[in-house]
Amino acid sequence: MITRRSLLEAAGAGSLLAGTGMAVPRLFAAQAETPLNLPAALPEGMRSEAVLDTLPGKKPLIKLAYRPPNYESPIEYLRTVITPNDEFFVRYHLSDIPRVDAGTWKLAIGGEAASQEVRFGLEDLKQFTPVEVVALCQCSGNRRGLMQPHVPGVEWGYGAMGCARWKGVRLKDLLDKAGLKKEAIEIVLDGADKGVSDKTPKFTKSLPAWKALEDTTMVAYEMNGQPLPHWNGFPARVVVPGWTGTYWMKHITSLTAITKPFEGFWMKSAYRIPLGKFPNVARFSSQETAVNTPITDMVVNSLITSHTDGAMVKLGSTVTVAGIAWDGGYGLSMVEVSVDGGKTWTEAALGKDNGPFALHTFSLHFVPRVAGKHVVMARATNKIGQSQATVLIPNPAGYHHNLVQALTLIAA
Amino acid sequence: MRLIAIAALVTAFAAVSAAADERSVQLKQAPGLDKVQGNCSGCHSLDYVPMNSPFLSPAGWDAEVAKMINAFGAPIDQADAKIIADYLKANYGM
Repeated sequence: MITRRSLLEAAGAGSLLAGTGMAVPRLFAAQAETPLNLPAALPEGMRSEAVLDTLPGKKPLIKLAYRPPNYESPIEYLRTVITPNDEFFVRYHLSDIPRVDAGTWKLAIGGEAASQEVRFGLEDLKQFTPVEVVALCQCSGNRRGLMQPHVPGVEWGYGAMGCARWKGVRLKDLLDKAGLKKEAIEIVLDGADKGVSDKTPKFTKSLPAWKALEDTTMVAYEMNGQPLPHWNGFPARVVVPGWTGTYWMKHITSLTAITKPFEGFWMKSAYRIPLGKFPNVARFSSQETAVNTPITDMVVNSLITSHTDGAMVKLGSTVTVAGIAWDGGYGLSMVEVSVDGGKTWTEAALGKDNGPFALHTFSLHFVPRVAGKHVVMARATNKIGQSQATVLIPNPAGYHHNLVQALTLIAA
Repeated sequence: MRLIAIAALVTAFAAVSAAADERSVQLKQAPGLDKVQGNCSGCHSLDYVPMNSPFLSPAGWDAEVAKMINAFGAPIDQADAKIIADYLKANYGM
């Protein structure tokens, strides 16, 4: 949706600063050559605190918070199906993040719904039949900062997401070694990171047994052919293709099979969406209440990465509108692009298909024949008929933002 | 021994550089700032405050402070909690 504010700010950062009378944000002072192009709809305080910052082993990412570290990828890093490891976003809930020693690290698998506990080191994992999948990891709250009205949390823009080729061991194969019993209803996932205070609930999650046992759910020890970066879960993390990042437990230390619904804070209170408002298919029945349910599969979505709002384009020359699209693993059927503010839509060309859990690239050429503003939009549809929201679906924690984007390009 | 000493140095350096980045976060000078710094920065950097502004109502900031204490176990006494909430409402509220 084009608001008066976004039109005003589309004219560029200069008019934005002049118009609001704000102090010059540090990103312009310190990084004058690399404007962050943060959407004007993000909270003003987020935009003034965001800076490009470089974590060890990473390229500069957009810092939203230093500790626990929450850093998103600039959209320039999201133009390809695969996001390089050093450009991949970083998201932590709690501040005590140990550097895990791969030599002594063990993954424990057991629980009341297993017949025994087994422990595997990193080299042990590599003895299992490996599986690979190209899959998008997207934070549940990606784009939270664009919710209207704003809701508290990490005020993400568009970049709390990345897509990698993951290699690892099926969760099912690991659970088999512990003798998983049919009474198992959930698998609890725990990692090495924790809060500074021991009173802070550890970031511990659970998956319904049916999802844990799917062929593509794995413990990954490789990301794009390399060991996982520390900031993305070294030495191994859970990968749940199609589902939001909250289940992709980093620095995984245990898989625990249980017979009753897991009661932890991060399942019972956090990461919940109102029941019945979203078109999600995947059910997490053992955790559902009368009013809400854990977030599960990602909603269909797209992102224009070729241009930012307010970009200048050449009148009479071919402009390529390009970007990425994805869904919760049902497969995309098409991406349409509008260059007239949504009046007419044209099917865009899709890039190589890397499987249903991967990002899909799209592109469409057009020639602006009239000087001035051209409102460009993209809309993805998946094979089960879901499309992006045209009206925001409000929810307390700001999840599942998949509103159709509208960028104004200026032809001159 | 030498390896341990080097490891300790590296760790110390990493901690210092993280703290240096965080020090660039400057909250507004106003009554209550000392309580915010003293009680909140043990668990998280203070950029979480301006990032969540200016859109929270007074009730919204009360809920955030209560969440830190009740859900996340922050050891903040009632008197400090009120000073913190008042600071947030006055300086980072809607």
